[in-house]
Amino acid sequence: MMALSALLVRDMHLSFRVGGGALMGVLFFLIVVTLVPFAVGPDLAQLRRIGPAILWLGALLASLLTLDRLLAADHEDGSLDLLLMGTTPLELAVLAKAAAHWITTGLPLVVATPLLGLFLNLEPVAIGAVALTLLVGTPALTGIGLIGAALSVALRRGGLLLPLLVLPLTVPVLIFGVAAANAAVAGPMSFGAPFLILCALTLGSLVLGPFAAAAALRHGLE
Amino acid sequence: MALIDLANPTRFLSLTTRVLPWLAGATAIAFAIGLYLVWAVAPDDYQQGATVKIMFIHVPNAWLAMGVWTVISIASIGTLVWRHPLADVAAKSAAPLGAAFTFLALLTGSLWGRPMWGTYWVWDARLTSVLVLFIMYLGVIALWRTVDDPSRAGRAAAILTLVGAVNLPIIKFSVDWWNTLHQPASVLRVGGPAIHSSILTPLLVMALAFALLFVTLHLAAMRNEILRRRVRAMWLMQAHAAQGA
Repeated sequence: MMALSALLVRDMHLSFRVGGGALMGVLFFLIVVTLVPFAVGPDLAQLRRIGPAILWLGALLASLLTLDRLLAADHEDGSLDLLLMGTTPLELAVLAKAAAHWITTGLPLVVATPLLGLFLNLEPVAIGAVALTLLVGTPALTGIGLIGAALSVALRRGGLLLPLLVLPLTVPVLIFGVAAANAAVAGPMSFGAPFLILCALTLGSLVLGPFAAAAALRHGLE
Repeated sequence: MALIDLANPTRFLSLTTRVLPWLAGATAIAFAIGLYLVWAVAPDDYQQGATVKIMFIHVPNAWLAMGVWTVISIASIGTLVWRHPLADVAAKSAAPLGAAFTFLALLTGSLWGRPMWGTYWVWDARLTSVLVLFIMYLGVIALWRTVDDPSRAGRAAAILTLVGAVNLPIIKFSVDWWNTLHQPASVLRVGGPAIHSSILTPLLVMALAFALLFVTLHLAAMRNEILRRRVRAMWLMQAHAAQGA
């Protein structure tokens, strides 16, 4: 337990001191949300209708871009090999790293959501719903992204491989996140049903992700 | 000859050399019988006319799209659990075939949808989940090509395939869980098939024909992959010898 909390604290320290992760993720989120009105036009009513979807897409792409910082740096300086050889279960160690990654890059996205919601003319109920669904959904994105990060950790010229592997698996999270956010604002469907499915997806990915990632690391780094 | 002998690549190559011509012949015969049944036995739909016969290509391709991912998943378990020598050869050769079947299912379904539903595409649960399956096939193929060492690529692709297998029940039950434009299950459902034997029999024969086509192409592709790996091994030995000399 001490080892895991030490790993968590170490990763958070590295992320804060080396810098770039949280701020760049939020900046990319801001850029995406800014680009959309240029593309679809500044009609406020239209932006209000598609606002939750834009915020979800921006958060998804922003968390995708920061994924390679999850394992690649440790692979390069050898800490990943130490983790593999250590006594702490690799699944828990990888989960601790994912938790640190979410706290430092996923949570700032959620905090930035209300401000960006104002850019999209969302009403307060919608902003609250999107923020809540992102709060619950971004851990799922980190858990699923963990699998892709582990599969591509040793690749030097991975390029777009990581997004290509991760994005199809995150489609259900996106669908139910946006459905819950839209349901809270309008529509006959209740907020609870898609939100609970979103919670289930998060919990499932926090179990599946570390197991698959640990298996990928063991097999890929032999 | 025991099943275990198939794990030996040389024995496998000699077996496929003997078996492939028969499999190819069986495939051709199955297609001939199937196409005869489709055109001579299966009736035209009273609303759709003869266009309904696209179903006899669309449905077997869709079944195979999911079936091939299942085959690759089983091969992946063989790679990860038993370190079977030919398991990742099987997985690598099957992935492009599965992608082709998925693409054909999407294409024939789209061409059928235009006159029937009035649209080439709709974002309902069944079509979306099959499209995601197609993208996942392409992702697996990309992973195979990106990692240099074939056995490491095999293990990584095995994990990705097993994670992606969660999409298969979603595709199968998508027409039950959501209100979709795509019609609900008619063949593999609780209560048995809901279609008449004059349509069901040609459908099953065509499905068998496409399945035989997959097995034939798969074995041929596995042969090529084994030979490709031998060539690669010879290159590496030659390069190593030249370096040492």
